[in-house]
Amino acid sequence: MLIAIGLIIWWIIYHNIGPFALWVTYGLFRVPVKSPLASSVEFFIFEAPKVMMLLALVVFGVGIVRSFFTPERTRRVLAGKRESVGNAMAALLGTVTPFCSCSAIPLFIGFVTTGVPLGVTFSFLISAPMVNEIALVLLFGLFGWRVAALYFGTGLMIAFASGWVIGRLRLEKYIEDWVYQTQMDAVNAPDEKLSWMDRIQFGWNAVKEIVGKVWIYVLLGIAVGAGIHGYVPENFMASIMGKGVWWSVPVAVILGIPMYSNAAGIIPVVQALLGKGAALGTVLAFMMSVIGLSLPETIILRKVLKPKLIFIFIGVVAVGIILVGYLFNMVL
Amino acid sequence: MEIKVLGTGCSRCKKLYEEAEKAIRQSGINASLIKVDRIEDIMAYKVLSTPALVINGEVKCAGKIPSASEIAGWLRSAREKG
Repeated sequence: MLIAIGLIIWWIIYHNIGPFALWVTYGLFRVPVKSPLASSVEFFIFEAPKVMMLLALVVFGVGIVRSFFTPERTRRVLAGKRESVGNAMAALLGTVTPFCSCSAIPLFIGFVTTGVPLGVTFSFLISAPMVNEIALVLLFGLFGWRVAALYFGTGLMIAFASGWVIGRLRLEKYIEDWVYQTQMDAVNAPDEKLSWMDRIQFGWNAVKEIVGKVWIYVLLGIAVGAGIHGYVPENFMASIMGKGVWWSVPVAVILGIPMYSNAAGIIPVVQALLGKGAALGTVLAFMMSVIGLSLPETIILRKVLKPKLIFIFIGVVAVGIILVGYLFNMVL
Repeated sequence: MEIKVLGTGCSRCKKLYEEAEKAIRQSGINASLIKVDRIEDIMAYKVLSTPALVINGEVKCAGKIPSASEIAGWLRSAREKG
């Protein structure tokens, strides 16, 4: 009941942000109409609350969805599945199963030693960090639903295909030996029955934790976007990241591999690059590469994977992202 | 009574450790609190996600951070079990 009221209030506020932004910019601050400053200020005051509210709502909603999924249930679903079916399910489950990157190793070991094929495990590990709701909300809020949907769809495809390819390459021998010595025949995961109040609490905690962590990056990203919006002329410069240069996509992806940022932190960079004339597809590919592949992650994985497998993993995903980058540039 | 916090050292693992400390103070139960951060030792408990909390050898939760009062509750029932 409380939720219904909360949603209605949210809805009312959300739909009044536009008029509110106009009023604050021109009525309150008395910024000269049609000036670059007006454009920037109006953009910021409109976008910042809008995106923050979307973020809070989506994180809450996804938090509740996530309360239905546990790594243990996912593991049970995936154990023993055939490759293609398993890869697809793993990629999908990766988006909704709660996953913290420090759990990557326990999860990896738990999966591969209890009958989940290596390739399927990788599909999960690729989609979990990359296809996350924060990225989707921010992309939706700032660039529209088509961009967000494309990111979501192609992210899943990369997770599916990369995992499938790695599975086909039969790389099990490149897992560190000690992993298989871990007796994981029965995984220890207290299976709890959650009430609806528990689930709502879960969602609310997610909002506090995630929004609390990323709000500053989001505001920074919108501020940069606002500055560009007001002060940079439309077709400023098709620089090395413009559509005309064919090698811009692979370069962007390769640059992104060693870099790591959370989904929110990369948005200021995305805004700035777009302002300089970079093609949207190239920038999205860069974003995927930064979020999905990272130096810290490979260091963590080094504990359970031999170097050759790590390189193949990075290589396969990078190729996938590059292909998607070209696809984005053609479509967007 | 022996409490172990399993985690490789990210901020959530530290948070769980703090909550466990609070729980020990709140419940007044005499318990030792150990941080297990080597991955090989963590895997001995067969958990799929960290951080995880182990009381007297039994995994109480994994992947989430329970509140200090929730942990205190587990401590009390563990004490009753003897």
